[in-house]
Amino acid sequence: MGVAHKFGDNINTDYIIASKRKRDTVDPHKLAQYLMEDIRPGFGPQVKGGDFLVAGSNFGCGSAMEIAPLVVMAAGIRAVIAKSYARSFYRNAINLGLLVLEADTDPIDDGDDLDVDQSGLIHNLTKGEEIQTRPFPSLIREILHAGGIIPYMERKFAKATP
Amino acid sequence: MGKTIAEKILGRHAGHELRAGDFVLAKVDVMMGNDGSLPLVFEASRKIREFVVRSPERTIMVLDHYCPSPSKEVSRLQEEVRGFASKYGCVLYDCGEGICHRLIPENGHVLPGMLVVGADSHTVTYGALNLFATGVGSTDLAVAMNWGMLWFHVPKTIRIHIEGTLPPGLYAKDVALHIVGSMGSSGAASRAIEFGGSAIDEMDIEGRFTLCNMMVEMGAETAIMPFDEMTHGWLERLKIKGDYEPVKADDDAGTEREISYEISRLEPQIAFPHEVDNVRPVSDARGIPIGMAFLGTCTNGGPEDLRIAAGILKKGRVHRGVQLIVSPASRRVVEEALADGSYQILVESGAMVNCPGCGPCVGAHGGVPGDNVNVLSTANRNFLGRMGNREANIYLSSPATLAASALMGEITDPREFLA
Repeated sequence: MGVAHKFGDNINTDYIIASKRKRDTVDPHKLAQYLMEDIRPGFGPQVKGGDFLVAGSNFGCGSAMEIAPLVVMAAGIRAVIAKSYARSFYRNAINLGLLVLEADTDPIDDGDDLDVDQSGLIHNLTKGEEIQTRPFPSLIREILHAGGIIPYMERKFAKATP
Repeated sequence: MGKTIAEKILGRHAGHELRAGDFVLAKVDVMMGNDGSLPLVFEASRKIREFVVRSPERTIMVLDHYCPSPSKEVSRLQEEVRGFASKYGCVLYDCGEGICHRLIPENGHVLPGMLVVGADSHTVTYGALNLFATGVGSTDLAVAMNWGMLWFHVPKTIRIHIEGTLPPGLYAKDVALHIVGSMGSSGAASRAIEFGGSAIDEMDIEGRFTLCNMMVEMGAETAIMPFDEMTHGWLERLKIKGDYEPVKADDDAGTEREISYEISRLEPQIAFPHEVDNVRPVSDARGIPIGMAFLGTCTNGGPEDLRIAAGILKKGRVHRGVQLIVSPASRRVVEEALADGSYQILVESGAMVNCPGCGPCVGAHGGVPGDNVNVLSTANRNFLGRMGNREANIYLSSPATLAASALMGEITDPREFLA
């Protein structure tokens, strides 16, 4: 279970983590405290492990740098739930094993308690509602299940042990 | 139902039938990274157990973003790229050779029908040679280098027909800006674009590079030109050999939508600050004073671009108060420009000519604009702060509009300099 932190449409990767912070370090764990600081100052330290980022359409637009999903993960975010994603953010998130769910996020309000089950169904515990998410195609499900593209490929193409 | 070019190329590389919407693993022919992206790729590669570069001869590394190096930090990371390339035997183009998106096609690394990935969004440029090329992330590139394959979401296809004849003084860049302006910055999000139409038939490969290059500005995953005599002729002229199989869409291919443009009456186009899709005809921009003009980039740094600009610049001298900066896209472009005399004209007109590479496009070096300066550039992006100063305004145009404007000191319709 975790708390929904609700954002709007077109949240770009510079909002997720400001470029000026990346000049000093690219360590996602150090950058996590600055998550979304330009659009919600002081947000990073409020996030607790297991919380959810909830947004509108085209989440993660802008630069294709992997640092954005890495910072989201380092902040302890369990899953992002958005109406849609920019292609590069979606690719990078899947590759890194970050759960990126597609759903109608209008019924979710900031501060709602959420849970997501094995089948990908979102339970809004505050409102007593359930929200369907778009099912993952089998390849993406397997990559996420493995914990990202590198463990997935390592398992799939494991060198034969003597 | 027939297949699109994207479905055919990805299907060949996945080894099975597929359709738009499918998620597949597919073999990658060529992999590219540059000094802007490779440090993160190396970091990702360290997460792979017993990492190897599977096909070093098809793994291309280019130092182009920061050349010559502006700082010791950059020098350090460029050293890292050289060390990695040498350790694994990858193909390396060092500082001064040119921009990755010029060098890769120019040196015959990519051929029709291929599946190519690069850790740089403008990798889509190579689609001009009838192939599927797309930009990927740093983990993606490390995975492709180690396993020779990657996952793909087979894109839906938008067919863009461009009909008519380009009027004198207009170029592929004007068409590209016009399309991006009308479709918007997410108008082709995650889609493959297939080009066709009478204007494409007449467009040379240089123009097709420009057009494909800019399609990522509306979110396209890839942009693919037909294979025809133009393609064949270009490969011949550059003495590029190799086995390849051109790809054509089936007549009944399942495209998502078709869009037509008639360009015979198009005006030169300008993208206004600070969005690439904020496009208006040059008549709306006339008289806007400029302090810097930048000719180059993976969009318009080719031999034809320098020739077009020189054709106008020979009629005068760069206006007082305008800094004209030229970054040729490759050493070969410089050689061609020297041979046909356009290099001399550029220099005599008052231009500062950088070494081949990305130049000031990404704001790292080679010409950072001052506060409140209006810049006219032939690049593909004009985002706030793109050239290294958030207080500057960047306008985008064709090389012809740029040259005419550099002479006049303000944004000028290049058709005034015809004949």
